[in-house]
Amino acid sequence: MAQKKLVLNSAWCKGCGICAAFCPKQVLAISGEKVAIVNQDACIFCGQCEQRCPDYAIYIEDNEEVGNQWVRPY
Amino acid sequence: MASELIDKYMRPEHLPHIWCPGCGNGIIMRDVAQAIENLGLDHDKVVIVSGIGCSSRAAGYMDFNTIHTTHGRAIAFATGIKLANPELNVIVLAGDGDISAIGGNHLIHAARRNIGITVVVFNNNIYGMTGGQYSPTTPRGEKGTTAPYGNIDRSFDIAGLAYGAGASFAARGSVYHVQQTISYIQQGISHKGFSIIDVADICPTYYGRKNKKGSAVDMMKYQRDNAVMQDKAVTMTAEELKGKVVIGVLAQVNYPEFTKEYQKIIDRLGREAEERERS
Ligand SMILES: Cc1ncc(C[n+]2csc(CCOP(=O)(O)OP(=O)(O)O)c2C)c(N)n1
Ligand code: SF4
Ligand SMILES: [Mg+2]
Repeated sequence: MAQKKLVLNSAWCKGCGICAAFCPKQVLAISGEKVAIVNQDACIFCGQCEQRCPDYAIYIEDNEEVGNQWVRPY
Repeated sequence: MASELIDKYMRPEHLPHIWCPGCGNGIIMRDVAQAIENLGLDHDKVVIVSGIGCSSRAAGYMDFNTIHTTHGRAIAFATGIKLANPELNVIVLAGDGDISAIGGNHLIHAARRNIGITVVVFNNNIYGMTGGQYSPTTPRGEKGTTAPYGNIDRSFDIAGLAYGAGASFAARGSVYHVQQTISYIQQGISHKGFSIIDVADICPTYYGRKNKKGSAVDMMKYQRDNAVMQDKAVTMTAEELKGKVVIGVLAQVNYPEFTKEYQKIIDRLGREAEERERS
């Protein structure tokens, strides 16, 4: 099974709030000047945040190799 | 630290970019990268050409053969590049001012010629870079630093203008409608002839602030809530379409493409010269 992870690169975030506004599961919230992941477990990896982040600061990492190590074909 | 898409198609050493918080330019630049990825184009066969403006700085961030030219002239440079090397995918990234004010003549004649380049318009309805002067796409009644009491002129519909001038593919997207916009850019790049994708952009800093449009989020929600698909829009009156954001493929037709027609002349003249030599 592929392992997906929501990754935040705070250094690139300018705090516009677009990702938080269009996240359907309230995973993200603006805290101070930048966005924060406030409820990682609720994330459904829909990619609404990634596709509209103007700064490429939030994205879904699909770490397939890691997942495949656990696949047994028999 | 960046996603695979960004690592593959951008120059991360130049990121974060200089655009303001909430500026839509980064979204459109990503749409272009995603369209190129979806089409599986050869990196070295893509050329990104831009003029001058906030949006035109995209050429500096994208990791292809890129050229950042002079204000309004991106299409002129792109024409030369395409004509010299027709197998290249030449993509122009332009602001609304760049493409429809100072560069308006290049736009209509490249469209009329039907040269096989793709133009992606970052249409934020304002001159962002120079501080918020109104542009040819600023809606009537809206404000800019050069229209403090409201703009008197009617605005250009850039996709409609290009189609009227002869463009064989014209579409409109928006920064909210990411998947649709990526698809239109893909269709435009695949199309054999002049293609233009006019993307409704947001400039919260100048256009937004001058016209009390709220935050970047408010401006994107406006696009979401006021979008009308092209096929529906053709059944609506001008009055009903006021303030609407029309999305979709406006037109796609097949005309002979310029570089192919040019090559035919070269081939014909070559054949004729050979025949003359033989006789
Ligand atoms: C020949 C010339 N005229 C004027 C300018 C000043 N100028 C720079 S960018 C610009 C307009 C930018 O507006 P737009 O193309 O919409 O791009 P945006 O900044 O909104 O992305 C102007 C008038 C220039 N650089 N060169
Ligand atoms: S001035 Fe407007 S167009 Fe330019 S970077 Fe800022 S928000 Fe974007
Ligand atoms: Mg502009």
